Amino acid sequence: MPTVTMNINGRQMSANVENRTLLVAALREDLNLTGTHVGCDTSQCGACLVHVNGKAVKSCTMLAVEADGADVETIEGQANADGSLNVIQQAFQDHHGLQCGFCTPGMVMSAAALLKENPKPTEAEIRNHLEGNICRCTGYQGIVNAIMAASGQSVAMAAE
Amino acid sequence: MYNFEFSNPKTIENATKALSSEDAQALGGGQTLLPTMKQRLASAEVLVSLSGISEMVGVSQSDGTVSIGGATTHAEVARQSREAYPALAQLAGKIGDPAVRNRGTIGGSLANNDPAACYPAGALASGATIQTNKREIQADEFFRGMFETALDEGEIITSVTFPVPEVANYQKFEQPASRFALVGVFVAKTSGGVRVAVTGASNNGVYRWREAEAALSTDFSASAIDGMSGDPSDMIEDLHGSPAYRAHLVGVLTRRAVSSCS
Amino acid sequence: MAADGGMGFATKRREDVRFLTGRGKYTDDYSPANTTYCAFARSTVANGTIKSIDVSVAEEMPGVVAVFTGEDFVEVGGNPAGWAIVSRDGDPMKEPKRPVLAHGKVRHVGDAYAAVIAESLAEAMDAVEAIEADIEELDAVVNMADALANNDVLVHDEIGTNQCFDWGWIEDNRAATDEAIKNAPHVTTLELVNNRLVPNAMEPRCSIGEYDPGTGDYKLTTTSQNPHLTRLLISAFVMGIPENKLTVHAPDVGGGFGSKIYHYGEEALVLAAAKKLGRPVKWTSTRTEAFLSDAHGRDHVTKIELACEKDGTFIAFRTETMANVGAYLSNFSTATPTFLHGTLMAGNYTVPNVYVNVKAVFTNTAPVDAYRGAGRPEATFSLERVIDKAARELGINPVEIRRKNFVKPDQYPFASAAGLEYDSGNYDALMDGLEKHADLAGFEARAAESAKNGKLRGLGVNSYIEACGIAPSNLVGVLGSRVGLYDAATVRVNATGNISVMVGAHSHGQGHETAFPQVVADMLGVDPMSVEIVHGDTSKIPFGMGTYGSRSLAVCGSAVYRATEKIIKKATLIAAHMMEDSAENVDFADGEFSVKGTNKKVGFGEVALKAYIPHDFPIEDIEPGLEETAFYDPANFTYPSGAYACEVEVDPDTGKVDICSMVAMDDFGNVVNPMIVTGQVQGGLAQGIGQALLEHGVYDENGQLLSGSLMDYAMPRADDFPNLVVDHSYATECTHNPIGVKGCGEAGAIGSPPTVVNAVVDALQRGGHDVEHIDMPVSPARVWEAMNG
Repeated sequence: MPTVTMNINGRQMSANVENRTLLVAALREDLNLTGTHVGCDTSQCGACLVHVNGKAVKSCTMLAVEADGADVETIEGQANADGSLNVIQQAFQDHHGLQCGFCTPGMVMSAAALLKENPKPTEAEIRNHLEGNICRCTGYQGIVNAIMAASGQSVAMAAE
Repeated sequence: MYNFEFSNPKTIENATKALSSEDAQALGGGQTLLPTMKQRLASAEVLVSLSGISEMVGVSQSDGTVSIGGATTHAEVARQSREAYPALAQLAGKIGDPAVRNRGTIGGSLANNDPAACYPAGALASGATIQTNKREIQADEFFRGMFETALDEGEIITSVTFPVPEVANYQKFEQPASRFALVGVFVAKTSGGVRVAVTGASNNGVYRWREAEAALSTDFSASAIDGMSGDPSDMIEDLHGSPAYRAHLVGVLTRRAVSSCS
Repeated sequence: MAADGGMGFATKRREDVRFLTGRGKYTDDYSPANTTYCAFARSTVANGTIKSIDVSVAEEMPGVVAVFTGEDFVEVGGNPAGWAIVSRDGDPMKEPKRPVLAHGKVRHVGDAYAAVIAESLAEAMDAVEAIEADIEELDAVVNMADALANNDVLVHDEIGTNQCFDWGWIEDNRAATDEAIKNAPHVTTLELVNNRLVPNAMEPRCSIGEYDPGTGDYKLTTTSQNPHLTRLLISAFVMGIPENKLTVHAPDVGGGFGSKIYHYGEEALVLAAAKKLGRPVKWTSTRTEAFLSDAHGRDHVTKIELACEKDGTFIAFRTETMANVGAYLSNFSTATPTFLHGTLMAGNYTVPNVYVNVKAVFTNTAPVDAYRGAGRPEATFSLERVIDKAARELGINPVEIRRKNFVKPDQYPFASAAGLEYDSGNYDALMDGLEKHADLAGFEARAAESAKNGKLRGLGVNSYIEACGIAPSNLVGVLGSRVGLYDAATVRVNATGNISVMVGAHSHGQGHETAFPQVVADMLGVDPMSVEIVHGDTSKIPFGMGTYGSRSLAVCGSAVYRATEKIIKKATLIAAHMMEDSAENVDFADGEFSVKGTNKKVGFGEVALKAYIPHDFPIEDIEPGLEETAFYDPANFTYPSGAYACEVEVDPDTGKVDICSMVAMDDFGNVVNPMIVTGQVQGGLAQGIGQALLEHGVYDENGQLLSGSLMDYAMPRADDFPNLVVDHSYATECTHNPIGVKGCGEAGAIGSPPTVVNAVVDALQRGGHDVEHIDMPVSPARVWEAMNG
């Protein structure tokens, strides 16, 4: 079986995988990074979203062997060095951007990708960017509010 | 997913060699192929990844054309062709979602020729030339019906060259679940006339709407095609729309595309 | 006034930290040592006779350790329905057995008939393909009217009919209702469909079975909203494993919305396989399997009539509904279209006559059961659509026709014509708030602005009432429930003063880990962070009926409240002993016990420590320890209510509907954590708007699920919504539970669908289109067809 070596959240990690092993399976099953989730099989829900070489990708729609040698960032590497929540994570907690938590890792990684490209997105840009991330719990309001807040913008007072 | 041998060539030449073996399959960004393989609806003995071939990546401009490497992702097309060919950049920037755009490639999309994909409309309306590892194919010759193209076994799209029109616009009306085009219309006006390509609507995949082209070549205004709609006779019938509805949308979106050109 | 973190504060959720850092632990994140993997062979036909299943090749495939078929489970019991319905003619409902794996016949696409256990998932899936099943395809029955009209195709041959029951509510009111309608000055009739939905919790189901041959103990780790019910069903009905030999653990669960209330055959299978193999067995659903095998929701076809005076005063509602139960009875499937639907058919109104007839129908489709709202969205949709139509016919403003018929604040407790007793509410106050908050007066100006942009703007309003925390046990027992509907909690104060609260409710997004401690901390005057909730593990919790029906805080929270009261009572005894006075003289406030009229006091923490170091206790009078359990059985349902408004723009060229605004005014009684409540409503709104505009489980005439993946089943996305405005500041307390709370989890999904459809019809009417109704989902194609039909 091929050995795949990746720099994951700043650490070199290797796994022996089959050619057909998806990146998400390598992360979850071989490397025990279970924060990245699988919510669908048609590449739509975004629960598996990670960054590969700085770009947001759906790790359920990429082979592990395609990520050999790549820099990979997952939800497990997002907190600050002291273990505290980073700005995006903290905003999700502050603005109730999660309920069951299953889509959350993908949402946080997607938000991080957006803010890297577009540090002050409008509400419409945020909603548009989240097209590939499905949340069944929140109605997205808390998520949109969190991303607005994480980008230093005021949050629409949508709620009591 | 069934297992396969994996090949990761760095050159077109090596990719061509790898693809010459029995039951080899090219892997672009994998955004369609991998989900299909996961469902065990597709399989291959050898999967030949094209994403490591640097000569197939990038956008370049010369002489009124934009040339795009076959392994260039939608996100890169959206970013790099924004000034040279804004309508194409806009099309690329609305395919799938941001993560899909970071993996999916123009070559993969054209080779798959999904009847609801966006790129086939852009390529056909623009009169693009598709370069493969074997030859050049004009867009008018390339698309051969739903999921069918002129590509032979082992033939891959190495680049696509788009003549940049005077004006162009793409209008996509999204299927609410997949967000593919329920109907998409790409209108391109050049000195030689107007081309209108329609995706999402027909059982035969992308096609040119000749009646609208003729009317618009005479008078490039939405009013020139007022009241016109597509021919529903061979259009797709599914959960999301009837042939009549799709035919109607073809007219609406073409008018909107023309209006957006001005 | 509560301390920060107590009742009424928007405390940040403590559970968020693990979810935000990837440390949540969902069932699929568990892989016990030596785990094997399970994959199912599922029917590709909707109705078929299993002639033979040859597993010999599959058994020899690499990595395969066992193959099971339906024959292996013929001797074990079936998965039962939890509520026995009696038909109008007095016959009991038809209850065909629901087996662990299909044998004899397959009855819907996705019906599992065999399972492979292998060393890896890929090997299990490879071997599934090697199973040779000879299944003779039979004609399928999919349409409910067809299923009732003839018995040529039966889903279950042994019952001789496709009708599960024919239920009347309230049968004694039938004649009076018929008479009232016959004599009414105006009758409005509407036929409508409440579209089938696929729940699509983002976490697919997953189950891990383990068996310890040394002790004979089983453990099931599973994606469940109510692990105790799953244990009870497996023990008492399906497998006969003694309850004290079976632990059911539902760890972090990624949403449920009803679909994870029920016990499914996959859970029994992994337990049986684990015992046979002596190794853990894990099954994880794919999304594709979820579409085919999770219980779906809604799927009613209804005719409703509203009789009224010319001035809009309601005289009667009469409803005839066909409710699809799919191919097998799922656990709550018989309660949902009956007691959670028919009883709500008086709505918020003083209407004197209500009669509901529901025929439940077997079809060759996936089982249908409770999905967020469960019966109440169906009731509200029927009522509020026909009311809107009546208002239009009578030329009465839709707000006014509702106000005219509202139950008034001085009428509580109010006995509704559908058999419920509403304890509190103020529907006019909510409508007042809505008119202001949604600026209904400014609508015409906004409509004019939309018209300038070539769009048709419409306004929809709606009132809803729902019944949460289904209860009490003595009543539901009479009505056919086979379980009690109480809940339980244990409050354990440890010696060092921190507190564990074992609750029967299960949190899978609702924020119990944060909200329940707010209640306890408030009562005990302690730091909320010193209180921790334990849930989801039958080995740690006294008992519980789980989380569904917006019941957790109203029922289980009340059990927590009662247990905490007992703690205070016992601690008061200890404090009195410590202060050498009698308990009657001891007060408790803000975490301190004090003797009336003195400055003697001891803190709660000191009392807790003393409880476990009882060196000088009068052992005859005071037991050591500080732990109390309460079971709470509510006296009644709770009755949240609301008034919603929605504005839409319809693109007349394409039929596309855009939601411009959505405003929800809800009365939930007291609110423990307003942030969490707001989130619950917004999530419900999204599911309701999804039902109204996007979502549809569609089978073709052969029983193939056409919308069987996210490529065809439209899940709502962020860009489908505007800001969702939620206000629950207006409250009338629930009168019969100790916290005064009503329940908020389903409200948004109940109130929003008719609001949206009312708005779309309004937009089309204003645009000159004679459209009375469009069935959900109100997709662009359907709107365009309605405009051009």
